[in-house]
Amino acid sequence: MKLDTEFMGEHHTFHSLREVMAKANEPKSGDSLAQIAAGTTLERIAAKKVLSQLTVKDLTEHPAVPYEEDQVTRIIIDDLDRQEYEEIKDWTIAQVREWLLDDGTSGEEMLAAGRGMTSEVIAAVCKLMGNLDLMYAGNKMKILATCNTTIGEKNVLASRLQPNHPVDDPRGITASLLEGLSYGVGDAVLGVNPAIDTVESTGAVWDQLREIKNEFQIPTQTCVLSHVTTQMKALEKGHKADLCFQSIAGTESALAAFGVTPGMLTEADLMFHEDGDSRGPNVMYFETGQASELSSSCHYGWDQLTMECRCYGLARHYRPFLVNTVVGFMGPEYLYDARQLLRAGLEDVFCGHLHGLPMGCDVCYTNHMVTDQNDLESLAAMLTAAGCHYFMGLPQGDDIMLMYQSSGYHDIAALRQLFGKHPIREYEKWLEKWGILENGRLGPRAGDPTVFLK
Amino acid sequence: MKPRDYSIKYEKPEEMERLKKNTPARIGIGRCGPRYTTEAYLDYRGAQARANDAVFKEVPGSVIESLGVFEVRTLCADKYEMITRPDRGRLFDEETCQLISSRCRHDVDVQIYFGDGLSSPAIGANIPDLYPALRAALEAENVTVGTPFFVRYCRVNTARTIGPLLNAKLTCVLIGERPGLITDESMSAYMALNARPEMQESEYKVVSNISRIGMPPVEAAAYIAELMMDMMQKGNC
Repeated sequence: MKLDTEFMGEHHTFHSLREVMAKANEPKSGDSLAQIAAGTTLERIAAKKVLSQLTVKDLTEHPAVPYEEDQVTRIIIDDLDRQEYEEIKDWTIAQVREWLLDDGTSGEEMLAAGRGMTSEVIAAVCKLMGNLDLMYAGNKMKILATCNTTIGEKNVLASRLQPNHPVDDPRGITASLLEGLSYGVGDAVLGVNPAIDTVESTGAVWDQLREIKNEFQIPTQTCVLSHVTTQMKALEKGHKADLCFQSIAGTESALAAFGVTPGMLTEADLMFHEDGDSRGPNVMYFETGQASELSSSCHYGWDQLTMECRCYGLARHYRPFLVNTVVGFMGPEYLYDARQLLRAGLEDVFCGHLHGLPMGCDVCYTNHMVTDQNDLESLAAMLTAAGCHYFMGLPQGDDIMLMYQSSGYHDIAALRQLFGKHPIREYEKWLEKWGILENGRLGPRAGDPTVFLK
Repeated sequence: MKPRDYSIKYEKPEEMERLKKNTPARIGIGRCGPRYTTEAYLDYRGAQARANDAVFKEVPGSVIESLGVFEVRTLCADKYEMITRPDRGRLFDEETCQLISSRCRHDVDVQIYFGDGLSSPAIGANIPDLYPALRAALEAENVTVGTPFFVRYCRVNTARTIGPLLNAKLTCVLIGERPGLITDESMSAYMALNARPEMQESEYKVVSNISRIGMPPVEAAAYIAELMMDMMQKGNC
């Protein structure tokens, strides 16, 4: 591997692939905190230059964590489509980038090639792309997944209804849920983050969501985002939900910090196929977010984009129905301001898509970042253009339990109308029946949750 | 042309009132097209601005004076550094360590101090009720309580320095929480037995959501004191 370059009249030498990958990253406060970021802006571009001349094979044969040491690496390598890999292994990363952007290259061809790319290869290509590159290339791919309904059609922008409550009060959850339905939100999933992670509480919220779904015959999925082991126990007790959730990370040790092993996810996937409420075949829901590996000191000195990509490499092993990056939740230590947030959101959705994942985004920020709602709205619009599968919908974007800011019910409606996007078709028909949607716009009964009450 | 009223005419208005009572979430806020009404929009922006300001503004010196404690700061030069450099927000320079050491009682059972953390208003809103009640509850159990002080640009992990510096059995920092839109005054208590630089994150016990709206400060004091007694008893056997 050639790790040095003459660039802009200067000689730049890097000592490892890891250093090249870290320094080629766009600025992130997390890479600075980890003391691996480029020292100057020119050094950053020089690192990109070096990276552009490395081959797919170079990146594949030097994974971030050795094969022998890490189960996530083993899953990524073992899952590789060797035939696809052979086709592109001698290409430089520069050539891969150009081929992805070529109008002659179809989304299907991109996805096939993606199956021959490790997460490190996909991270490398991403580092050579500008924001508009990420949007343009990403939007070419069509990725479908089916649970009760099918997500991923090109004219669809779906949404997770997130009716959280500070103490999981069922009346409070219902109030936010009905309001969300009345704005056309909830076609991806009705998904509650629980304040209390116990089997009883998870079971109770599952039952409540299921009851509402069945009573109104809503064509969608249900989920409670408690720990995977909590959900497995709730399933054993006879409670039912459609999707199994877990937060994941890009190394075996970072997963362990979440109390998760890959084997546990396999077991959960099997259990939900057997005893869950849905037809499937896709029954898993994963959340990720740049820097969870760094925050648990399990990043092996690698940058947060490469680590994030490895989450997607792990996720695709389980053929999930939903994956979303919770892009702005980790805090300003990792993504400082709007510029970094926007970049990370575009990176994550592109990289997830090239891994073949039905990729959504929790477009969000915490109140200690240098960001506000305008930044969030900008990112949501950019990601809609980039073909993002779904966003979160919360009452005015305010999460009263997790204390962070996300996208609102109104935002989902506005983005659909602005970009000519629709809810998932069955759900859209359901909304039209209730008078909530009419000719692709909010209808006469939109915004009135009392239409669902007797 | 007359301006229109964009509040929603609910089919069952009394039901809407009931739904709103069931959650502090921002529901029933009307719409103009698919966007927020001006009132709802500005209410939200105002609440978010207050939360953001709570992080970045300073605790006024007058608040520290009225608490009757002395003030030190971590290695951070300002709020921005504190936000991005957790490694510096847990450490003090040599001079500051000497000052803390010289002004505080050593070898106590419980060392309590205050930190701004992610919410400046949390200090003034909670400490005047929380600290005296907590101290009294501990002293009633014959627990020795150290000299309190205030740390500016404070991270939870300052406890790893303060504990060994003062040789406290149990170290507790009362620190401002990341603000939300419902309140920007929430505080947490982080407690550790035998706090030390190499301790695990999981060794902290935490009481969070202390505020007028969450767990009221006086109630929190009783709860924290109970937890501390429990921790010290378990730690001794």
